[in-house]
Amino acid sequence: MVLTTTIPDCDEQLNSTFASRYVRTPVPKYKMPANPIPKEAAYQIINDELMLDGTPRLNLASFVTTWMEPECEKLMMASMNKNYVDMDEYPVTTELQNRCVNMIARLFNAPVGETDTAVGVGTVGSSEAIMLAGLAFKRKWQSKRKLEGKPYDKPNIVTGANVQVCWEKFARYFEVELKEVKLSEGYYVMDPVKAVEMVDENTICVAAILGSTLNGEFENVKLLNELLTEKNKETGWDTPIHVDAASGGFVAPFIYPNLEWDFRLPLVKSINASGHKYGLVYPGVGWVVWRTKEDLPDDLVFHINYLGSDQPTFTLNFSKGSSQIIAQYYQFVRLGFEGYKNVMENCLENARALKEGIEKTGLFNIVSKDEGVPLVAFSLKDSSKYDVFEISGSLRRFGWIVPAYTMPPDAQHIAVLRVVIREDFSRALAERLISDIVKVMKEMETHPIRVSTKTAHVTATVDETQDGEDGGKKNIKKSARETPEEIATYWRQLAARKKTGVC
Amino acid sequence: MVLSKTFSKSDDSIHSTFASRYVRTSLPRFKMPENSIPKEAAFQIINDELMLDGNPRLNLASFVTTWMEPECDKLIMASVNKNYVDMDEYPVTTELQNRCVNMIAHLFNAPLGEAEAAVGVGTVGSSEAIMLAGLAFKRKWQNKMKAEGKPYDKPNIVTGANVQVCWEKFARYFEVELKEVKLREDYLVMDPVKAVEMVDENTICVAAILGSTLNGEFEDVKLLNDLLIEKNKQTGWDTPIHVDAASGGFIAPFLYPELEWDFRLPLVKSINVSGHKYGLVYAGIGWVIWRSKEDLPEELIFHINYLGTDQPTFTLNFSKGSSQVIAQYYQLIRLGFEGYKNVMENCRENMLVLKAGLEKTGRFNIVSKDNGVPLVAFSLKNNSCHDEFEVSDYLRRFGWIVPAYTMPPDAQNVTVLRVVIREDFSRTLAERLVIDIQKVLHELDTLPAKITAKIALNGENADKNVTVVTKKSAIETQREITTVWKKFVMEKKKMNGVC
Repeated sequence: MVLTTTIPDCDEQLNSTFASRYVRTPVPKYKMPANPIPKEAAYQIINDELMLDGTPRLNLASFVTTWMEPECEKLMMASMNKNYVDMDEYPVTTELQNRCVNMIARLFNAPVGETDTAVGVGTVGSSEAIMLAGLAFKRKWQSKRKLEGKPYDKPNIVTGANVQVCWEKFARYFEVELKEVKLSEGYYVMDPVKAVEMVDENTICVAAILGSTLNGEFENVKLLNELLTEKNKETGWDTPIHVDAASGGFVAPFIYPNLEWDFRLPLVKSINASGHKYGLVYPGVGWVVWRTKEDLPDDLVFHINYLGSDQPTFTLNFSKGSSQIIAQYYQFVRLGFEGYKNVMENCLENARALKEGIEKTGLFNIVSKDEGVPLVAFSLKDSSKYDVFEISGSLRRFGWIVPAYTMPPDAQHIAVLRVVIREDFSRALAERLISDIVKVMKEMETHPIRVSTKTAHVTATVDETQDGEDGGKKNIKKSARETPEEIATYWRQLAARKKTGVC
Repeated sequence: MVLSKTFSKSDDSIHSTFASRYVRTSLPRFKMPENSIPKEAAFQIINDELMLDGNPRLNLASFVTTWMEPECDKLIMASVNKNYVDMDEYPVTTELQNRCVNMIAHLFNAPLGEAEAAVGVGTVGSSEAIMLAGLAFKRKWQNKMKAEGKPYDKPNIVTGANVQVCWEKFARYFEVELKEVKLREDYLVMDPVKAVEMVDENTICVAAILGSTLNGEFEDVKLLNDLLIEKNKQTGWDTPIHVDAASGGFIAPFLYPELEWDFRLPLVKSINVSGHKYGLVYAGIGWVIWRSKEDLPEELIFHINYLGTDQPTFTLNFSKGSSQVIAQYYQLIRLGFEGYKNVMENCRENMLVLKAGLEKTGRFNIVSKDNGVPLVAFSLKNNSCHDEFEVSDYLRRFGWIVPAYTMPPDAQNVTVLRVVIREDFSRTLAERLVIDIQKVLHELDTLPAKITAKIALNGENADKNVTVVTKKSAIETQREITTVWKKFVMEKKKMNGVC
């Protein structure tokens, strides 16, 4: 007689997560696992691995919002399963998007009547927004050229070398030439005079940035508008302007209401803004607004007819979550004009406090301007003993993520550290950051041996790899000089290739 | 002496939300409000207005996932403030995306060595995925034509008329001509024979759909592959295939593993799939996988160097949330192959139950196939009295959202109702739906006004007395109604958009 024992599986269920067998096996990486695992184990395993990600709120590189009120998070979670594009099934969500577009259009002084509907759309971010705006310009320009019987195969766009990478993407993917106005030391944004000089008959638009990624500066859109109006009078080309207000769009109207940069300038035909930057929403929402219906060619717009109502759509993405749109509306209604103004003023105050603290060390030049997006960009007065990349590396030890970048051409020799002041960067954090920077600088200053130890360390490696070649001593001497040079060159090359991707 | 009264502001903060003054004013619609309001009021007001949206789980029009486990919800909420594109700041999240790409590539039998990294990327949805794949094909084709000294200004793409609107978007935005293979009443997907006939030297690729939006059918990719290989041999054009597996990509490997539709076919160079459909993740994630590095032109890739590591990126969107990528990874390891298989088998079972229930009413033709995406597309056997749009309308009153569509050319006179079976559409719900459909049919049958009009219609040729006038109005109005409906239906762009 054979006694069979079946081992009940329920033992597994009784084990707490860290006592179960699921934490003993390696996590599947490249192939789907064959069997399922309990949801608690799946949650814990993933959660634990994610602990090694950076802390979003200490990420001072990013403009993108990292904190929202719990009430808003509740709304977001509740709408996580709503597919935003189902306009007919979720009419309220669609309506909320339309309200946001209208509010933003009016914030930017679009010439719409009291009850007119503004022309604009919610996107996943400024990248999509810029691509849509660029597409509109390209199509308008092509139609115009076709009418005039002129060639339309070589469109170009004029912008500063400080543009964010999405403009380069737009240019490459949509086959438009990117004509960049080079920067110069001390002038880190697009020079309107040079930009207008570069405009030719193939230029579909000139793109100005309100809030340069590198140092937060606002470009002089008013001057650009005036110079371009002049040129248009002479040439008859009718070249329009697009304002990339990804960061600045939700700063300027509240802090600098008299600054003319938006639709108040007649040549500005479209504006994009990132809801997830100073729009104070979590990543995943941007906005693009056109001046009027005429500025958005109808053949780019798809018309959806769901049981009667005509819904025009013009987006690259289709299905996506509704959470961020609802969150943006929440912020508009919750904060109102006054609330946004208060938040932005706080950010500016904290930026000022940080700037003063950094200036007090006496070791830095402040590269950012007071007027602009609330951030502090600073470079070393003397980078002979150590550079900003090392400072950035050292700050990581304290938990801060402060990026270091080199400027684009022709200012590549300037390297800066940049701290973005977001809504949730309070005065207390600013003071802590200052004291940590002071600590790091003390370390840098009082440990010049750092350079030689580095050399020694690298020398060892060099020796290892150069086994059996020229005499040992000769190698070491050469290495002492060569290796720091190699390090410096390596870093410089790395920095030169660096896209200013973090925005 | 003037007595002034100051209202104490503290009253406001003690008031419960519905007792405060904030629910007395109308919500701003077109202009940002001047002042702030308390967060509780903001939450409540918006939450209440959103109650009037449809219930996502009863939305039977959509393929997009509407339910996930609470553990996953926790992970999603925790990562909602992580900007996915910060690869250096969030290396684990980036790693999770790479793992997903590799798992999906292996699922699709990409020809990868043991330690080779797959070529692919996470996107916001299949629209972005398709645009990236299309861009790759366009650039490859342009380079080839340039090298051969031929004109490269008129690229086209061959696909069925049943394509989802994102292909039309791709064509219009990226200036590629869309050559559509027309459907037939009895053949509602792309015919591979006709497709291959339409291929010319300007064709950048042929796009086949695994899981047509309209009736869930899988197109015959294997046949397409075989025919196209033949043609390529003759012409030397080397035309490749892209498989739009938005719906089918997470079904076929589990339910129909023998079906050859993926990288097992040599001409298939890229595949896209929606993580937010049968990938079982909330809206906002798609995947595109290329066969090998050669199929993705290097010049389209941007290299970002963050403190040392080279990260190649090729996406249209930049900043976006990390939640859905993490949720996709959760599902892949939580369920594993077996788990996904079980879910898909359940969907198929429930689909068969619903189909059987509908057939039993005797009033419907089933247009969808058994093999394909688990959905039931059905049309009325007799739609002279009432059509599918009315059935759809009436079902709304029970809370169900069941869309009605007409087929694209050349099958425009076929109208269907479509119910998509998702993971969270249980047997109980299926049985309830059948009951409610029967109720709707019963109601429609008893509608007197329409029936009388119909009778009047039949007798119109006879009389010329006064009664004719009343009868005529009935006929005229009926005709007008039908014309209006026809117009709607005709003007309806293929917004088989709900997907």
